[in-house]
Amino acid sequence: MSKLDSKIPEGPLAEKWSKYKASMKLVSPLNKKKLDIIVVGTGIAGAPAAATLAELGYNVKSFCFQDTARRAHSVAAQGGINAAKNYKSDGDSVYRLFYDMIKGGDFRAREANVYRIAEVSNAIIDQLTAQGVPFAREYGGTLANRTFGGVQVSRTFYAQGQTGQQVLLGGYSALKRQVSLGKVKMYSRRQMLDLVIIDGKARGIITRNLVTGEIERHSAHAVVLATGGYGTIYYLSTLAVNSNGSAAWQAYKKGAFFGNPSFVQIHPTSIPVLNDYQCKLTLMSESLRNDGRIWVPKEKGDKRDPNIIPEDERDYFLERRYPAFGNLVPRDVASRAAKERCDAGFGVGKTGLAVYLDFRDSVKKQGEKAIKGKYGNLFDLYEKITGESPYKTPMMIYPAGHYTMGGLWVDYNLMTTIPGLFAIGEANFSDHGANRLGASSLMQGAGDGYCILPYTITNYLADEIKTKLPSTDTPEFEEAAKTAKERLDKFLSINGKQTATSFHKRLGHIMWNYCGMSRNEEGLKKALQMIDDLQKEFWSDLKIPGKVEELNQELEKASRIADFLELAKLMALDALNRKESCGAHFREESQTEGGEAQRIDSEYSYVAAWEYQGDNKEPKLHKEELKFENVEVKVRSYK
Amino acid sequence: MKIKLNIWKQENPKAKGKFVKYELDGVAEEMSFLEMLDSLNEKLIKEHQEPVAFEHDCREGICGSCGLYINGRPHGPGDEIGTCQLHMRAFREGDSITIEPWRAKGFPVIKDLIVDRNAFDKIMAAGGFISIDMGQAADANAILVSKEAADKAFDAAACIGCGACVAACKNSSAMLFVAAKVSQFALLPQGKIEAKRRALNMIAKMDELGFGSCTNTGACEAECPKGISIDYIAMLNREYLCASFSETE
Ligand SMILES: Cc1cc2nc3c(=O)[nH]c(=O)nc-3n(C[C@H](O)[C@H](O)[C@H](O)COP(=O)(O)OP(=O)(O)OC[C@H]3O[C@@H](n4cnc5c(N)ncnc54)[C@H](O)[C@@H]3O)c2cc1C
Ligand code: SF4
Ligand code: FES
Repeated sequence: MSKLDSKIPEGPLAEKWSKYKASMKLVSPLNKKKLDIIVVGTGIAGAPAAATLAELGYNVKSFCFQDTARRAHSVAAQGGINAAKNYKSDGDSVYRLFYDMIKGGDFRAREANVYRIAEVSNAIIDQLTAQGVPFAREYGGTLANRTFGGVQVSRTFYAQGQTGQQVLLGGYSALKRQVSLGKVKMYSRRQMLDLVIIDGKARGIITRNLVTGEIERHSAHAVVLATGGYGTIYYLSTLAVNSNGSAAWQAYKKGAFFGNPSFVQIHPTSIPVLNDYQCKLTLMSESLRNDGRIWVPKEKGDKRDPNIIPEDERDYFLERRYPAFGNLVPRDVASRAAKERCDAGFGVGKTGLAVYLDFRDSVKKQGEKAIKGKYGNLFDLYEKITGESPYKTPMMIYPAGHYTMGGLWVDYNLMTTIPGLFAIGEANFSDHGANRLGASSLMQGAGDGYCILPYTITNYLADEIKTKLPSTDTPEFEEAAKTAKERLDKFLSINGKQTATSFHKRLGHIMWNYCGMSRNEEGLKKALQMIDDLQKEFWSDLKIPGKVEELNQELEKASRIADFLELAKLMALDALNRKESCGAHFREESQTEGGEAQRIDSEYSYVAAWEYQGDNKEPKLHKEELKFENVEVKVRSYK
Repeated sequence: MKIKLNIWKQENPKAKGKFVKYELDGVAEEMSFLEMLDSLNEKLIKEHQEPVAFEHDCREGICGSCGLYINGRPHGPGDEIGTCQLHMRAFREGDSITIEPWRAKGFPVIKDLIVDRNAFDKIMAAGGFISIDMGQAADANAILVSKEAADKAFDAAACIGCGACVAACKNSSAMLFVAAKVSQFALLPQGKIEAKRRALNMIAKMDELGFGSCTNTGACEAECPKGISIDYIAMLNREYLCASFSETE
């Protein structure tokens, strides 16, 4: 039997989760007190998970690398969070949210998981509201909604352009409450370096105290990774710059399978690259596409001030190509369309790598005040960076690396292939298939953390009540701590000439050019070779100042980049293996005449789950066949 | 352009710090302030010198990690921006820029420009939440909140926990930070129930951790990157008075 068992419960789709909950194993309150859980990550997945598990009575240890849980990257999410509340009576339902996600993901996600996340979405909004999250309201006092790309209903809840901040602070405050009650012990400024496995089960982690440099050991009955995505592999991305893939990567090297590593979302509306010093790109929320219209001049190389280009000389290319969804097509479609125009020479701005996002018509129709109410802080953000006001001049935008659909492979329990190791939020591969719809990541992270994991981990821990908390002096902990320390020493001993950042930049370039918005066999093979060379150079010419036993930010970077160099190869390999185009994964060899992505269902209707076989060995591919019993698998069309 | 930098260097919490002077050439106007520091660090590493430690993450003014005291102002010149949103166009050729960490008893220096703001977490744990377990909430629209109250609560909730208010205040008071949280919840029906307890506990914790008291100078409001208004401090005072009153009853 293949090691891949997705453990999807029997029964009709709509009943699976309630049946699961009704028949799962339970742990008595008395026994919960004897069980310890490590949760790494305090984002919109990790903070709620830690808080909720503590509310249930477990002893929780919560870790993050920032100085406080509240700064997890989720804080930067802008546009909103989805739920199937149907408050607008516009025909929304759990099924429709499920269907939109399955279709949005280009039929590469697991039905049962996606349905479940849609099902719990409403409870998340209830919980967040009760926690005091100040969502936008209508004059009548009810919650307001807006529309996001790839859907035709209004199901997105928001707090101006700072939804992530507000939603995360809800989870953070729940976490702080449990800290004050003594049920959660916080370990901030800790970097997880390795996972510890004892008798085949996840039993702890090795961390580095980022202030003292001390290597620490922590044991538990189960470990949860809520460590976010690895979009920073592109160096320039919309993510917080310290986001990384290391925790997931270490888990992979300890035996957890990695699902669809090459599925990365390139977001269409980011502020374009302005100069060479940048280490990050700033996102302009997708919600802007509700009122902004995307265009380029019809004339190649038209350098006129956009405001004087007359209407009939503008090409609103999304409205032209996709009349049904217009500017609100899903992200992958919008990104590729923008790239197509720029590659064809119609791009604008200094570099020609930008398109306009224009609010002229909406300001005229709704007034500046109304537009300000909806997007005020985003417009300010844009102006602060570029020095131009979007009220007066169209924004310039270009696609940027944004979100990783790929991640640790998990079953219906959100458990990886390592027993006792769970992965939630962006760190898992679970719910978005080959493309994620806007405002559904906060929903998924929060759903995993508040609603799903607390049940599924209990089901697992029910068999662990007799297990004593492992000692951290076991040979397994010794070994893991020793290896981790040796690796850090190695970085310092190379004593070469090039900085960690310079390697990251070069890796980013390779990935963006060959494993980004569009991919082909030749490019991917070339990338594999280039990454290999870069990796060799890294390990022979890296320069890291300072010591291990102190606060050392360069050392932190080095260990993240070393992991990225390995992960990059797996991404390229996965992209090479999947010869079809699907969602955000665009293989140039597989497109329709109109340039749309062409899936090949007969060959690739599966999740690619990769198993580590050792350094410098080709990983092993396992396939989880996807079965669609509740939707008709169609060509994904937004025309 | 070429600039002169005067930066606080301190090896660890116990070490004695000092200012170190650097010169940096090739600074472009469109660089952000932190990108300027990045390039300084790249240069220092190549010259076998210690880079300058500073904190940052989102680089778009929302995580609250960055926080530098630049030429005597928290987050530097410019209004309602975090340090990461400051650009070098605010400076001129030949300018001298002095960069220090936040200076406050409640925020001890860890290294160079990095301070320990754990005290904010402790204040939050003392009451910065609504006590509701997962699973107990009613339908979200069962609680109606006027748009005005929701907007006001949002404005308070926009605090990023950076600590500039403390750094700006001559008493190193954390009143604006506490007021923002207390007011956010006090403005919402969900938060009213625990409002008094929250105000009392958070203020007691703030005092305990060595933050000074508020004398209404307004320096905090002027430097807050999120424009949190000191009106919220008045609101906090009302909650606090009310609460102390009912405590003694
Ligand atoms: C600019 C931007 C805007 C977005 N807007 C939206 C939106 O409007 N709606 C939406 O639904 N989604 C949005 N997203 C996506 C969404 O924000 C993320 O997918 C989501 O927040 C991820 O949450 P998470 O909890 O999985 O991980 P994160 O929030 O990334 O948290 C990761 C946590 O893990 C910790 N961690 C990581 N590695 C380690 C380690 N080795 N050791 C210790 N700790 C570690 C970190 O400290 C952190 O606490 C946006 C993303 C970006 C970049
Ligand atoms: S109130 Fe303003 S200055 Fe103070 S911590 Fe919050 S955002 Fe920073
Ligand atoms: S780096 Fe996040 S607020 Fe400045």
